[in-house]
Amino acid sequence: MSSALSAAGLSRRYGKTWALHECSLEVPAGSVTALVGPNGAGKTTLLEIAVGILEPTEGEIRLLGTPMRGQTPSLLSRIGFVAQDAPLYRNFTVLDMLQVGRHLNPRWDDALARDRLRRLRIPRNRVCGQLSGGQQAQVALTLAVAKRPELLILDEPVARLDPLARREFLESLMEIVADGGLTVLLSSHLISDLERVSDQLILLSEGTVLLAGSTEDLLAEHAVLSGPRHNVEAVAARCQLIDARATGTHATVVVRRLEGPVDPRLTVDAVDLEELVLAYLRRRPAPLNAAEPVLVGGVS
Amino acid sequence: MIEFRLHRGSGVSTYMQLVQQVRHALRVGTLRPGDQLPTAKEVVATLAINPNTVLKAYRELEHAGLVHTRPGLGTFVARELPAPPLRELHSLGRRLRQWLDAAYAAGLEDEDVDALIATARQELASEDIA
Repeated sequence: MSSALSAAGLSRRYGKTWALHECSLEVPAGSVTALVGPNGAGKTTLLEIAVGILEPTEGEIRLLGTPMRGQTPSLLSRIGFVAQDAPLYRNFTVLDMLQVGRHLNPRWDDALARDRLRRLRIPRNRVCGQLSGGQQAQVALTLAVAKRPELLILDEPVARLDPLARREFLESLMEIVADGGLTVLLSSHLISDLERVSDQLILLSEGTVLLAGSTEDLLAEHAVLSGPRHNVEAVAARCQLIDARATGTHATVVVRRLEGPVDPRLTVDAVDLEELVLAYLRRRPAPLNAAEPVLVGGVS
Repeated sequence: MIEFRLHRGSGVSTYMQLVQQVRHALRVGTLRPGDQLPTAKEVVATLAINPNTVLKAYRELEHAGLVHTRPGLGTFVARELPAPPLRELHSLGRRLRQWLDAAYAAGLEDEDVDALIATARQELASEDIA
């Protein structure tokens, strides 16, 4: 599959701090890729580099198959971006905003924008500052989509929305994706927002990529084991250990690539995306080696 | 027309939930040959899930011969899903009850029974792959 976005060794430094450090990642064309990680992980920095707002300190980024360096204006017309908090001019009416979009974008689709706003019942003559949070988010999305982008980038699109508006926003975003021809890269610090909509995951923490790949593959490759501690330890020693918690004689571990039959005294459960992300975020910074003592007290 | 629902935290992947709901509807007769399944766009507009998830579920159903896709028209139910033969069902049920009797008599609890079944299923599945 070709990539809508690929980065190699991408780094960005602010003074002495690396906001991004040697990030290599791919956003497959046609995917909905979730960029997740705690606040301060570098998500916004990465997205701002991708849309040309920031320059990388080091590394390469390719958009839609083209290296970004020197190509910015022509490439950016093929990319839609919605920054955090759906930035709109508060004193402009919705129609004013459409006019701004029409003037700034060569491939602007006015009919699409108007049709979307009508179906969402957004009052076109109201100033943006008086719209609800959900409506503002929908207007910002409409402006980005009417550009007819090939890659749509959204920074924390649902963070400030109430649960109903969040759901409506994601439904309408998925409708756009269902029409085809669009790749979406969206960030959130809450994985639960994106679990249903994304098919690719990139987990960022402290400026580096902790985990990346197809959501389905990642979920299938991991499992949660729990039960008597020594039985858990015996199984954990055979696979890649991601996270371990033990209380007295009981232990729970998240493992990767569990193979072969498992002791029936253990419970094996599928992970959901949130558990998986938490397991990687809790993980000790140095890669855990299954041969070293994994749980408090060690392997006997 | 079938309306999909999702159960969060069931441990069953989203696309598999869609597959199972179609199979269930076929089994109980709420979906019949010729009926149309909702389009991916209609499904994602109510469930807020990735359209590829819907397409994957439909591909799986198509692979099983249960539905067929007419390009530009939609996805339609191709055939009924035969229920397991009644006689087999009775004898399997009877043998399972005998087995459960023996398990409880040996002091196993429901969770032990579930764990044994899950393990046996896993072993069978890995033998199939090997």
